Amino acid sequence: MQDAATTISAREAPGHSPGRAASRLRSIWRNIFPFIVVGVLWEIVAVSGIFPARLFPTIETVAGTFFALTANGILPHHAIETLIRLLSGFALAGVFGVTIGILMGRSRLAEDIFLPLVSICAPIPGLAYTPLFLLWFGLGSFSSILLVGFVSAFPIIFNSWTGVKAVKEIWVRSAHSMGADDRRMFTHVILPGALPYILTGLRLGLAQAWRVLVAVEMLAAVPWGLGWLIFGARKFLNTDAMLAGIVVIALIGLLLEKLVFQKIENYTVVRWGMVAA
Amino acid sequence: MVPIAIDNVTLEYDTPAGKVTGVKDVSFDIGASEFVCIVGPSGCGKSTLLNVIAGFLAPAAGEIRIDGKTVTGHGMDRGVVFQDFAQLFPWRTALGNVSFGLEMKGIAKAERDRIAREQLRLVKLEKFVDSFPHHLSGGMQQRVAIARALAYNPSVLLMDEPFAALDAMTRDDMQLLLADVWRATRKTVIYVTHNVAEAIYLADRVIVMSAHPGTVQADIRIDLPRPRDPLSVEFVECQKQLMRHLGHKVSGNGAGH
Repeated sequence: MQDAATTISAREAPGHSPGRAASRLRSIWRNIFPFIVVGVLWEIVAVSGIFPARLFPTIETVAGTFFALTANGILPHHAIETLIRLLSGFALAGVFGVTIGILMGRSRLAEDIFLPLVSICAPIPGLAYTPLFLLWFGLGSFSSILLVGFVSAFPIIFNSWTGVKAVKEIWVRSAHSMGADDRRMFTHVILPGALPYILTGLRLGLAQAWRVLVAVEMLAAVPWGLGWLIFGARKFLNTDAMLAGIVVIALIGLLLEKLVFQKIENYTVVRWGMVAA
Repeated sequence: MVPIAIDNVTLEYDTPAGKVTGVKDVSFDIGASEFVCIVGPSGCGKSTLLNVIAGFLAPAAGEIRIDGKTVTGHGMDRGVVFQDFAQLFPWRTALGNVSFGLEMKGIAKAERDRIAREQLRLVKLEKFVDSFPHHLSGGMQQRVAIARALAYNPSVLLMDEPFAALDAMTRDDMQLLLADVWRATRKTVIYVTHNVAEAIYLADRVIVMSAHPGTVQADIRIDLPRPRDPLSVEFVECQKQLMRHLGHKVSGNGAGH
């Protein structure tokens, strides 16, 4: 009885300790340090003249281009077009992926139908499907979105399926004994029980979506998009613009990770102790 | 609260080597509000029998009747507490876990919160209503599980070694608490354990089972006055008697804990 009370306070204690700010600073430094090392090496190579300056710009040049392209609205326009495609494709993948994955986990028939198909299609690189999608659905955004949705659905399907399979039998038994019907077993037990895996699947799916989208934007001949910016810049040896595009992709990825996925996880599976913070 | 009849129950497992009889021709009756412990060596099928009573397994022969009605599956007339701490839903707070059964029954939120709080007070966890299970100790989690099984007011409580994974001191506290809860609620309780002292401390009656296949070996009434003192001469005498029943099935001194 009082053993429990001490457990709770012992767990909360580190949060209020004075060493917290210092350890936070240390962890920020640990995260930044590798970037500083790479940055310094980059500058050395850029300044040394091993490559022509046009092909290997200094960080200042890239930063200058980044701000110039941002200020004149070109970079944001590219970024927004890409983001819309990314999120549309990813939303498709999320809805269909989670649904198919859960169906496979819940029904033997669905598992028998989908598993062989999914197992064969999943390892094929997304780009291999691109020509087919372009012929079927034409050049442009629509094809890119469909392809992104298709390719990024696979990790979501696999993880949702595994998640449903990993739901503890004892939860199901407890819920049964407390009178849960099939529908509420699903919404109140299977879904939250599988959530850690589903979130992992969505995260992997988003990474997959980025990978294929940037490449497809060039092949699908879309007028705007970061992929288009990066590939298009090659023709004019605009390596600074390419790098600026890459920086934007990294920033968007980081923001989605920190502001969306980590927030959702912290509010759910981490708070529930199902996944370590 | 209601009587239970266990009538010639036989249960078989499918194994690669063929059918193995886990429980054979087990019969006994349990009176209303009676606290019955089933003890026996591992492999005697005591947990299996509990799962049959809970409706999770179907018997190969025989039947179980609760208040005259034959058991055909799980039902809300029985509350189940397992040994595994993981039985709680980690995504629900203590209060959320306890109100689950009430929610399934369609009881309004205000009412089920009130009942769940009351149940948590019964197991002395009123301060932890909003805690998630992973912030609770093993003993507290098992208390939430007991409150959860009682909340929707089943007439029978089935408990499968609920305190076996706890340390000895916490287990003593929990036994005391369960005895109080039982006195307050007067449920019919079937409690599976391999711990002789625990059985004598809690039970009105102890069913001793023997293994391979699981059969009832003895049915002993414990007439000690409550609350019971585990250090009294009568208690120890009772313990010796029960161990003798288990003695030729388990090794000589292995029946205690």
